[in-house]
Amino acid sequence: MFRNEMKLEFPSKSVNESFARVVVAAFASQLDPTLEELSDVKTAVSEAVTNAIIHGYEDTEGIVTLRCKIEDNKLVIEVEDNGKGIENVELARQPLYTSRPELERSGMGFTVMETFMDSVEVHSEPGKGTKVIMTKTFKSA
Amino acid sequence: MQLKFNVEEGCLIVEMHGELDHHSAEGARIKIDNKIEELGINKLIFDFSGVNFMDSSGIGVIIGRYKKLKDYDGKVAVVNLKPQIKRYLN
Repeated sequence: MFRNEMKLEFPSKSVNESFARVVVAAFASQLDPTLEELSDVKTAVSEAVTNAIIHGYEDTEGIVTLRCKIEDNKLVIEVEDNGKGIENVELARQPLYTSRPELERSGMGFTVMETFMDSVEVHSEPGKGTKVIMTKTFKSA
Repeated sequence: MQLKFNVEEGCLIVEMHGELDHHSAEGARIKIDNKIEELGINKLIFDFSGVNFMDSSGIGVIIGRYKKLKDYDGKVAVVNLKPQIKRYLN
């Protein structure tokens, strides 16, 4: 089995959202993805990292950890924060639900991740943080 | 994100260039709202021909303007979506 991995840590500044998705796209490019697959991955990463920044750390600054693994033609992406955690993961995953309506959020973050990736797991503990694990198998590889 | 404003037949057209995510949405929202207020206009067209990436923060920007203009009997439209972003809005 072909394996590869990477890890990236960055402060929870919104300017790093584009940095994170470009890094993942560059890492995933070794799987020879289609433009559509690459766009799906970038969008899902953007959603997960944005959640870590605006919900995990709210207005404080912390570290977001991004890990990617390649196992043959499967890409595994983990986005982790040590922020406030999610009280009710099931509720947070509901389409259109947002805990911060004052920010004009669409409440579609998890729905987008679920639509564009093959699987999305959310592990969260209030007061400790949240880890989102997403996988996608590239058809083209 | 770069914004270019044009007014045609009482309608504000916002030409957007770049990537629309949470980071860029904040600035775009403020500039568009200021322009709407400055011109007192209630019809808005988002021209997405220059947008090559958008996530759910972009949906927040569109829906937010729609809600705002709805209060003034206004309308919001989105045109020139690239295939990937169109797929996203469906």
